[in-house]
Amino acid sequence: MSYAGSFIPHTEAEREEMLKAAGAGSLSDLFMDVPAKHRFPKLNLPEPLTEMEARGELESISAANESTNEVLSFLGAGAYSHYVPAGVDTILRRGEYYTAYTPYQPEISQGTLQAIFEYQSLIVALTGMDASNASHYDGATALAEAINMSRVIHRGERRKVILSPGLNPQYRATVHTYEQGFDTTLVGEDSDLNAAPDALIELIDEQTGIVCVAYPDFFGRIYDYSNLAAAAHAKGALLAISVNPTALGLLKTPGEMGADIVTGEGQPLGIPLSFGGPYLGILATKQDYVRSLAGRLVGETVDSKGQRGYVLTLSTREQHIKRERASSNICTNQGLMMLAATVYLSLLGKQGLKQVAESCYHKAHYAADAIGKLKGYKLKFPDIPFFHEFIMESPLAAAELNRRLLEHGIIGGYDLSLDYAALKNCSLLAVTEVTSKEEVDFLVETLAEVSRG
Amino acid sequence: MVEPLIYDLGAPGRRGVAFPEPDVPLADLPAAHLRSELPLPEVGELEALRHFTRLSQLNHSILTGFYPLGSCTMKYNPVINEDTARFAGFAHAHPLQPIEMVQGSLAIMYHLQEWLKEISSFAAVSLQPAAGAQGELAGVMMIRAYHADRGDSKRNKILIPDSAHGTNPATSSMSGYRVVEIKSDPRGNVDLEALKSECDETLAGLMLTNPNTLGLFEEHVEQVIAAVHGAGGLVYGDGANMNALLGICRPGDLGFDVLHINLHKTFTTPHGGGGPGSGPVCVAEHLVDFLPGPISGVVIEPTEGDAPVYGWVMPKKSIGRLKAFHGQFGMHVRAFTYILMQGAEGLRAVSEYAVLNANYLKEKLKGFYHLPYDRTCMHEMVLEGRWPDAPGVRALDIAKRLMDFGFHPPTNYFPLIVHDALMIEPTETEDKATLDAFVAAMLQIAEEAHSNPELLHGAPHTTKYGRMDEVRAARQLVLCCDFRS
Repeated sequence: MSYAGSFIPHTEAEREEMLKAAGAGSLSDLFMDVPAKHRFPKLNLPEPLTEMEARGELESISAANESTNEVLSFLGAGAYSHYVPAGVDTILRRGEYYTAYTPYQPEISQGTLQAIFEYQSLIVALTGMDASNASHYDGATALAEAINMSRVIHRGERRKVILSPGLNPQYRATVHTYEQGFDTTLVGEDSDLNAAPDALIELIDEQTGIVCVAYPDFFGRIYDYSNLAAAAHAKGALLAISVNPTALGLLKTPGEMGADIVTGEGQPLGIPLSFGGPYLGILATKQDYVRSLAGRLVGETVDSKGQRGYVLTLSTREQHIKRERASSNICTNQGLMMLAATVYLSLLGKQGLKQVAESCYHKAHYAADAIGKLKGYKLKFPDIPFFHEFIMESPLAAAELNRRLLEHGIIGGYDLSLDYAALKNCSLLAVTEVTSKEEVDFLVETLAEVSRG
Repeated sequence: MVEPLIYDLGAPGRRGVAFPEPDVPLADLPAAHLRSELPLPEVGELEALRHFTRLSQLNHSILTGFYPLGSCTMKYNPVINEDTARFAGFAHAHPLQPIEMVQGSLAIMYHLQEWLKEISSFAAVSLQPAAGAQGELAGVMMIRAYHADRGDSKRNKILIPDSAHGTNPATSSMSGYRVVEIKSDPRGNVDLEALKSECDETLAGLMLTNPNTLGLFEEHVEQVIAAVHGAGGLVYGDGANMNALLGICRPGDLGFDVLHINLHKTFTTPHGGGGPGSGPVCVAEHLVDFLPGPISGVVIEPTEGDAPVYGWVMPKKSIGRLKAFHGQFGMHVRAFTYILMQGAEGLRAVSEYAVLNANYLKEKLKGFYHLPYDRTCMHEMVLEGRWPDAPGVRALDIAKRLMDFGFHPPTNYFPLIVHDALMIEPTETEDKATLDAFVAAMLQIAEEAHSNPELLHGAPHTTKYGRMDEVRAARQLVLCCDFRS
């Protein structure tokens, strides 16, 4: 065979023997059902490479990136740099995990099933909810599914959905995409950014199905949503809180505040930035709504020998049983990313996650304090508690500021004017445990310098 | 003894990985917002790693054995893919970095799009969809957007063959469409007359899997597509079964308007125990403007000797974004690596040998198991897992008994149009010896079904775990452990 990396093990002799058994004279004979004029098109693709050549090619393409391993970065906005302990990838690279599929056959899938059960338990512990699904695609789609859940819970009634402007703009955009086929009214996104979330209360009425907020919000702000939850419940609406799970190492749980559904982006839990994916969607809820949860669920049971074991359960909610009556078409989870989060949370544990969360908090506050004192710069919301992200208002447009920072080897914060007209000259800076004091000091010095020019 | 839960391990005060103390002055924590307890495990590093290693050993996987799970294309996931996806430039790229800094990532996405266009014969591709189900959703939303854009508001139904995967009807409903099921004809094709009777001015489109879930190439595919187009509808292709078509036939040439491809099936990105998948969506010229975005595109054409500059392009009438950021990028790197190592000739061989393996199994098994549609199959085939003269044995028993031979069972009870279906997809990466061993096991099981059905009812016998009580799991719902005790 002339091609290089086919991974096809057949010898010529085997091929001939198998063709004979299949009653075909040649491989081409197997495709007589394909219309002749469209059969065997010539594909214009590069000549195949061997593994050695492919590795070299990919190395050089990877090197064309100047990524956060090489350049100091203060970008967050939904994807965060964290230290991932070596143990996480050691487990992820086990073929028994990454080359298995959805655990349809529990007798020979207990590894994946128990890992999911442990993940569900860890997410319940972290969020203060009663049940978590086996994971979703990412934080944005998990929020879209929360709204889908609300539609199921309200049996198609209550078509109004309130979205806080403090939700990640990309999450809101995803919700808009998902809601296209439905008669949903999305409100709240243009609310005053300076107002506390309680300002959303006046939007809640008898037609409202669900209120969606973020914790911390997209700008890093920490709010207690207890009043909002009470107000939503008083009108029969649900509250969904989209979380950053690292922050939950420190902060009061959404469960304590009265959330009905918790969604979130699990990327901070041991998953590399990887240019935006694959990440991990967190989706958890209270006992009352378990049967409306989308996605896979794993439950405990016993086997024929009386041993404790785990299975996929409540599958009557899902598309392969319900078909057009299913509320969601999701059929997988983010299995391997779920495993990363499970191993990460296990390795860090009670002390480690708190330590990482506190470290993020202290470093971000150190940076914010210093920037707030810089001439020409100010913090947009100096009086509101924040976690590891904050808005810096600069004397020049964020795009221009970032261009100048990059000349000094710094990737600046996210340019908020891209999504919020009211946030001219504002950037969103994230500081996590991987950023040192020296690096923050360098940012502050550089900010002072570039604003002079 | 069963493996303890992570919460059953460890001891109060024990820690796994330590982190440095902050090197900055400490700020005041927001007292009103702090949680009172953080009930996470307290385990050591070795203890945790042993736990997850032991758990892994309870899984069947492609790396441990044959996995002929129909419609899932459980073929070898080249380990080189796992290396390349982790290269530092890719792994540490932030999705919001300026485009000038991430030309490598954008180039991967751009070339993968170009290659998928070439392989499937479509005008444009978006890599946004996170999985096949999301690719489907994108496809149906684009059909909707296309009709709406033309002011054609009467079209409210989607046709779906009765052999279709359950995601197809679920997706149509999520997009606000009414679903009409079309029956199959005696040869396993879409029944043309039944189809034509539904082709009217309310038709939005047809969702068609080809080869279908019986593993059969639709013999009248061009007539089917022509009928739908004739009524003003569009045809969505479920590319779940592309592993049969690489270099064999291009859906775009057949007239499909939109198609999703599963990188985790055809293009060897690992299934990961149930994800992450990746479901790029490909469209013909008239749907290009509706694609989900943003998409990697050339934003500055190359001047002589230079590389082009890649950047983000949002299609003019895009249905919008389907998730945060740009799709499952790590999967794009893996699929790129795979195609780079195959070339045109290698891809054609993939499908040829996938189909050869399936037909070989079909011929070896069909005298012993009923084959409801006896035609040359594509990459998979469907047998009946029951016999009139062994009334107590069902597909499930056969599936469980296969585990005793070290094989993962085929997909069972799907497609729904075959009684006790066993859907077998061997893939091209299995050798003849493995297939022969599988055949031997299947023949022995067929014999046992008649001579000793109890053996099958009690299976599996050699695995660490026996059959699970699924009813109990659903009735006495326990979805997390008691981590507070």
